[in-house]
Amino acid sequence: MNTAVTHPANKGDLIVKAIVLVIAAALLFAPFLFQDVRSVEVAARICIFVVLVASYDLLIGYTGIVSFAHTMFFGFGAYGVAILLKQMGPGWGPVVLGTLAGVTVSIIVATLIGLLSLRVKAIFFAMITLAAASVVLVLASQLSGFTGGEDGITYRVPDLFKPATKLMVDEDGKVLRILGVKMNGKLAAYYFVFLTCFILFLFLLRVVASPLGTVLEAIRENEGRAEGIGYRVVAYRTFVFCLAATMASIAGSVYAVWLKYTGPDTALSFAIMIDILLMVVIGGMGTMWGAVIGATLMVLAQYYLRDLMAVASEATSAIPLLPDLLAPDRWLFWLGIIFILLVYFFPAGLAGTIMKKESH
Amino acid sequence: MTNISDLVTRAGGVFLLPVAVAIVAFFLIGVPSSWLTLTIAGLAMGMMIFLMASGLSLVFGLMDVLNFGHSAFVSFGAFVAASVLAWLSGWLGSPSVILNSLALILAIAAAVVFGLGAGWFFERVIVKPVYHDHLRQILITMGALIVAEQMILAIWGGAPVSVPRPHFLEGSIIIGDASVEIYRIFAFCLGAAVYVALHVLLNRTRIGLLIRAGVENREMVEALGFRIDRLFIGVFMLGSGLAAMGGAMWAGYETLITPALGAEMMIIVFIVVIIGGLGSIQGTLLGAIMVGLFANYVGFLAPKMALASNMILMMVILLWRPSGLAPAVK
Amino acid sequence: MSLLSLKQMKTDIGQYHVLHDVTLELPEGGVFVLLGRNGAGKTTTLRSIMGLWQPSPGSVTFRGQDIAGMHTSDIARLGIAYVPENMGIFGGLTVEENLVLATKAGKFDQTRLNRIYELFPAMEKFWTKQAWSLSGGQKQMLAVSRAIIEPRDLILIDEPTKGLAPSIIHAMGEAFREISVDTTILLVEQNFNFAKSLGRDMAVIDDGRVVHAGTMTDFIANQELQDSLLGLSA
Repeated sequence: MNTAVTHPANKGDLIVKAIVLVIAAALLFAPFLFQDVRSVEVAARICIFVVLVASYDLLIGYTGIVSFAHTMFFGFGAYGVAILLKQMGPGWGPVVLGTLAGVTVSIIVATLIGLLSLRVKAIFFAMITLAAASVVLVLASQLSGFTGGEDGITYRVPDLFKPATKLMVDEDGKVLRILGVKMNGKLAAYYFVFLTCFILFLFLLRVVASPLGTVLEAIRENEGRAEGIGYRVVAYRTFVFCLAATMASIAGSVYAVWLKYTGPDTALSFAIMIDILLMVVIGGMGTMWGAVIGATLMVLAQYYLRDLMAVASEATSAIPLLPDLLAPDRWLFWLGIIFILLVYFFPAGLAGTIMKKESH
Repeated sequence: MTNISDLVTRAGGVFLLPVAVAIVAFFLIGVPSSWLTLTIAGLAMGMMIFLMASGLSLVFGLMDVLNFGHSAFVSFGAFVAASVLAWLSGWLGSPSVILNSLALILAIAAAVVFGLGAGWFFERVIVKPVYHDHLRQILITMGALIVAEQMILAIWGGAPVSVPRPHFLEGSIIIGDASVEIYRIFAFCLGAAVYVALHVLLNRTRIGLLIRAGVENREMVEALGFRIDRLFIGVFMLGSGLAAMGGAMWAGYETLITPALGAEMMIIVFIVVIIGGLGSIQGTLLGAIMVGLFANYVGFLAPKMALASNMILMMVILLWRPSGLAPAVK
Repeated sequence: MSLLSLKQMKTDIGQYHVLHDVTLELPEGGVFVLLGRNGAGKTTTLRSIMGLWQPSPGSVTFRGQDIAGMHTSDIARLGIAYVPENMGIFGGLTVEENLVLATKAGKFDQTRLNRIYELFPAMEKFWTKQAWSLSGGQKQMLAVSRAIIEPRDLILIDEPTKGLAPSIIHAMGEAFREISVDTTILLVEQNFNFAKSLGRDMAVIDDGRVVHAGTMTDFIANQELQDSLLGLSA
């Protein structure tokens, strides 16, 4: 498996960092570069998923534990903000309180799961997180008075983020346009998403570069050798699990503000968990840079690959079964196959493979 | 105090738990006829889950392979059986018990044969390259699950498929005041028969001896001159076939199945093997019966708690016995 | 010709080089004792012969056949038995099942069984017991019995006396002497007093290398060599 330790000066490293820089720049200027609603939607989703995937990589890549509950924490954050915005009306208070509530619930649940199942066998952990996540998903759709059930919750966000809000006006009192982009609340909302995610990502980068990161890798490397896991290791793993859960929860809160809607499909469904898994594997486990590349590629594919598949499905309509498999709804089929092939042949993912190849 | 615990151990130890649960439920429910209906439903459900879970447990015990794609065999089994039954619907509707049974046997056999074949393919192509690497195992089997689910969607579509039941298994019989669905009795009997067969296989044959020894200490069995990997592929196929059989039975039980079936059952199967302890079929049976009974009792007493109750049951048992109730000796 | 010969055997476990250069000639018959400190590579040597770790360069030759890289089960079928340090007993199986598993035909050859009863009368007494319920000494007897239930040419035994009572150690020594009449034993031992009464030939391994090889008589006579090679463990 890929180790995150690479020498800073080698060529592969530079290529990966250059790609990440290009992506970061594109995200920074997204509203100006791509002036349609859908593109900004895509850019915001990429920002959110970079944080989600990077925090997940902290678990799977850096610590070697597989959790299927990452969306659950994402959902806690999203529902925290959504419920409070619905109950208290738009304002910054519910956003902050909702975020804190989401983080608190996430930490409590993560600690419980961690202490309970990281204690025994690592393999149990994957199963237990999966079970826990599905129970929360069912609860969210059953407690409809609270969560809006299957329909989810629609709510209004702080005034600053309303599309009608004018950040700057020209002399006629109309919304000012810079390079053709309206200086309105939608723009403010995008930069709110971008900046929060940027800060969270920098924080994660700092964490893996810290002594904690080294300890985690040591634990991961030794797992196969030591059957009985000591309590210190359990404590470290539980801590990392809580940290990753917190990051996911905050990302969920930010996404809830951006979408103005929270429901099982956007915040809790297992499909999101599969997306995260695909992103982390495609990008490369054990490198934070991989998270950026994986999230960007996958989100782009989600939005644009389906269009392509629709065309392919039309074109092959005469052949049996193939058009069914090429239907846009079946895109997960192909991603699943790509996923399996990647895990076989490029377990280091794109970022890891480039870094390794060029360093020889 | 020690006398009581001795007595409990001699009488069956943890295997008494389902009995204790049933007794407690009897007083909570208060109506004997409802209790009987629920208990039989719970046992039937438990037996079907046992079919689905036993393979997962043995495969993990023998080779340390955790197959997250296991539930794909359950879904495929359900859909293959549903298709065969739909195809033979003429036989099912006929009053002849022989034609009825024949259709049923063919449907279950088709599911099992499919499971065996899919199991062989899965073991060779998906699992074999990642023996001894848990992280990649989880990822790859998960990827295979995604692909399998998408294939079901592509072949059978996303709409619910209705499953015709054979005529002679329709309806209920009345025991006292309680009405018991005949299909449930059939499911229980079939599950019990498979359990007995597995028990005989494991305890009375040389292959079973090798499997039990291999679950405990794979290396030592090899050092005695046996190829575990060849044994393993057989166990893997058997487990997949049983999962498909469980899926086929489940399809007849639900009578309306959707492609989400596999994902739903996967969670329950995991909870069962965690509760029961990995690597032993007794443990799996115990876990399955516990979950089946619990789901039915709680579903009656507090319907909203049904799924969460399994989760709570699992947490409590893990706190009490971190390796499950009756794991294989390691 | 020697029964087993190891030439410059090297074994890596993960990123650690455990064996650097193990070269040994094992003559047929008798007990060959492999001595050495904790972590010197004795167990790894046995596991490498058995194919449980894969030795990279170097060769392992058994009766003239290169067995390096062969599957463990094939090595076992050539007539090599292995009694690991943890004994490798199947606790969930009965004593009988443990033994019948080790037979090729799936049933017992009565003469061999009688021989085992002679060596370890306890085996007959515990025949139907679950193996996990046996004491440490009984488990060790079962492990050795299992190794000789079929005719073997070579038995690898790893620290059989560890944690056993003196009387059982004595019985074990008697049994090894008896077995070694027609079967070669490669015995890894830290208990030098036990080993010196049994061994005809011996070698000392340290830091993954064979640092001394010779006859036991010479080694016992050379107090200086013992002190330098075995240190306090002697």
